[in-house]
Amino acid sequence: MIRSPLVTTTLFYIGPVPISETVAVTWGLMAGLALASFLATRSLTLSPSRTQTVLELVVGAIEDQIRATIRVAPGPYVPMIGTLFLFILTANWSSLIPGIEPPTAHIETDAALGLIVFLAIIYFGIRARGLRGYLKTFAEPSIVMVPLNVVETFTRTFSLIVRLFGNIMSAVFVIGIILSLAGLLVPIPLMALDLLVGAIQAYIFAVLAIVFIGSGVSEGSRRTSTERT
Amino acid sequence: MNVLEIVSIAAAAVAVSFGAIGPALAEGRAVAAAMDAIARQPEAAATLSRTLFVGLAMIETMAIYCLVVALLVLFANPFIH
Repeated sequence: MIRSPLVTTTLFYIGPVPISETVAVTWGLMAGLALASFLATRSLTLSPSRTQTVLELVVGAIEDQIRATIRVAPGPYVPMIGTLFLFILTANWSSLIPGIEPPTAHIETDAALGLIVFLAIIYFGIRARGLRGYLKTFAEPSIVMVPLNVVETFTRTFSLIVRLFGNIMSAVFVIGIILSLAGLLVPIPLMALDLLVGAIQAYIFAVLAIVFIGSGVSEGSRRTSTERT
Repeated sequence: MNVLEIVSIAAAAVAVSFGAIGPALAEGRAVAAAMDAIARQPEAAATLSRTLFVGLAMIETMAIYCLVVALLVLFANPFIH
């Protein structure tokens, strides 16, 4: 019998606070990423070493993607978008380690990530246009659109959450079902597919986050069809 | 197994199977259109594929909604205790 994907298992308690498996894995990933970033950026020089060149390549690729997507200077958005992408990617791929379930396969982690994006949209929107200017974007084509735009603000975050959850959870679920039917070697192609899905979903989450942020930041006339959900 | 559970399982199967038809057709059309555009303008392939990925994610959300509804019906059904 396969466990319900909506329940989390509690590992241990710190005082009255239950610490679930998801939270423990998330902390582990966060510690690993933070340690790796610290070690990699500890000795940055003007004439880059091999590690630094790779890092600059990654950061440059993220900057190029952001610039190509929203056509504004990517400076303020790189840390958040890059961190979101790297965290979701490592979280999705953590299913490769035996016994670890990816934290993004539980809706709580995805809801937290979606909430970060939701608040970032508001923060960057207000920072770029001021409070009045940001509120004015809700009445953009005409005043009749206000309720629709308000609803859209919530539904697009919700769809961001559900998309990540549904994709990763279903990948884990399918592998679980295949494992219970045939154990040896059969799940390997599906695990490769799982890796592909994980990478694509991390990319899509980051791209959609930057598209949503960009819709509040850049000029109102540039609203494209990809911004609506 | 009572009637409610049997109906729930059938409802989950119906939700996923019929919910997958629309997005499948839509994704097929989107990919076909993108292939057409890339064939006409190979130099715009980078922009096209990025937009295609985002669009596919949007379309796919509909199927994912059906999947989540099916899972809710199976695992978190409020009428089955």
